[in-house]
Amino acid sequence: MITADPRAVLTGAHFIDGDHACTEGCIAAGARFAAGYPITPSTEIVERFAERAPEIGGRFIQMEDELASSIAILGAVWAGAKAFTVTSGPGFSLMMEHLGLAVMTETPCVFVDVQRGGPSTGLPTLPAQGDMMQARWGSHGDYEIIALSPSSPQECFDLAIRAFNLSEEFRVPVLLMMDEAVGHMTEKVVIPPADQILLYPRRYTKRPPSEYWPYEFGEDLVPEMVRAGMGYRFHITGLTHDERGYPAMSAEAQNKLVRRLKEKILRAKDRIITLETEALEEADVVVVAYGITARVAQRAIELARKEGIRVGKIRLITIWPFPDEFLRHVAMRIRAFVVPELNLGQIIREVERASCGFCRVLGVPHAGGTVHRPEEILEVIEEAAR
Amino acid sequence: MPVTEIRVAGFGGQGVILAGMIIGKAFALYENGYATLTQSFGPEARGSACSAQVILSDQPILYPYVTQPDILIAMSQDAYHRFAPTLKENGLLLIEEDLVRISQLKPGVRVRGIPATRIAEELGRRLVLNIVMVGFFGAVTGLVSYDALRKAVETSVPKGTESLNLRAFERGWEHGSHAAHAEAPEAVPIERGLNGHD
Repeated sequence: MITADPRAVLTGAHFIDGDHACTEGCIAAGARFAAGYPITPSTEIVERFAERAPEIGGRFIQMEDELASSIAILGAVWAGAKAFTVTSGPGFSLMMEHLGLAVMTETPCVFVDVQRGGPSTGLPTLPAQGDMMQARWGSHGDYEIIALSPSSPQECFDLAIRAFNLSEEFRVPVLLMMDEAVGHMTEKVVIPPADQILLYPRRYTKRPPSEYWPYEFGEDLVPEMVRAGMGYRFHITGLTHDERGYPAMSAEAQNKLVRRLKEKILRAKDRIITLETEALEEADVVVVAYGITARVAQRAIELARKEGIRVGKIRLITIWPFPDEFLRHVAMRIRAFVVPELNLGQIIREVERASCGFCRVLGVPHAGGTVHRPEEILEVIEEAAR
Repeated sequence: MPVTEIRVAGFGGQGVILAGMIIGKAFALYENGYATLTQSFGPEARGSACSAQVILSDQPILYPYVTQPDILIAMSQDAYHRFAPTLKENGLLLIEEDLVRISQLKPGVRVRGIPATRIAEELGRRLVLNIVMVGFFGAVTGLVSYDALRKAVETSVPKGTESLNLRAFERGWEHGSHAAHAEAPEAVPIERGLNGHD
């Protein structure tokens, strides 16, 4: 690991919102290029990046749309930069094509989605968590992805750095799945000294050009990179390719490549998955939540405990890959999971799948536009405890 | 200190959000407490209703929203009408006294007023009424120290306007120090309706 550039890190305590904290996290992580088509409620992220760019030697390009934004960051990465793009629902849909290209070309980069009510243009200024499945399955074909979900401005900062580190380590686009409520909430954000911010360096090859193949891989299944201008010959394509990077139109090449793209993430998932848990040992009912909803649910959990219900909590910080095994083990010893989320039932499907029928799974669906009332969640906890 | 829920409300252009931001920042950064600021975020334009919610606590704040404020800072009649009914019993209502007329209130609610806009105008910029209000809030409630609030004002206002804003803060504080010990004004029944015709 290397440490962050002290000239770009705003060490100290700040009272800023989640969007701005996200920008500072990206900058601390070394991002020096962003492209975007600003959209509420994510606009403040690129606004701040554009303002900070001149003083950190960065560049922001306001592109003509989200397709262009998401391909521009891939170009920047292959030219040597760390790069990210920022959007919300409608733009996220448009970016799916190039998210897939980033997966296929193994381009490390970060996509930030500050979720608002959908479908389509929906509710621009109001929160939702309706893109969680799109984050997993939005682009075509088989792939694994990494997605993180912050619950506070501090975590927007911390997870932005983590998103970049994971993207570099696994050469995969990482999704930072914020929501409007967290993006526009202001709290204290502590930015540590640069020498305490550890960054995963880009995996540039040490081989001479004559011995380098762009998609040759070793033990951890992640190939080494080069960048334009280093003197290496390389080829990147969205077509199925062999280890030299050339198109290889065969079932064998497809099988080898696509399985590796999944396997490089799945074999490391224990390190990728982070959860926050509370009182699971003696729980009868466990609330599974993420993002802003995890904080709203906390009020309901406290009310339920006052009624004598034994409630535990799992806050998903990593959403994808999903913590199947962990949830299954919890499911074996509890009566029910309760899954509040600002959508009409997305992550609950994963909880049901992971539970393998060992316990009941009750949702607290919400169409978005605001957060749950704690009482709505409490009622379902009570029902689950019966 | 237990959890204190505050709502700052007025109309767009009064600096409602910045006032909430300064209170939260003062407590979170310069008093080592915890503060969460949320705001109604919408296509609010100058003149329309606008509000900020601040929670102060000595513990980490999990639930980030204000339901029943302990303190309401009302800078417009509309804000008063909308939010005064949500105040806790025995809560504190701080008003821009030239812009807000009080009618019925919950039992025990204490009211303190300041002509913040007039004071701001005397200082030369009507815009700083929100900072007058912040100073007033600090002196009346004693929740956040003078030094912390002053520092938050200084570091939050646009560069070049610090001295004007600090004067506004001082004036508000001064007014609040007197008002803190004053008798609460009685609720004055308003004969005209409550629907914005007064």
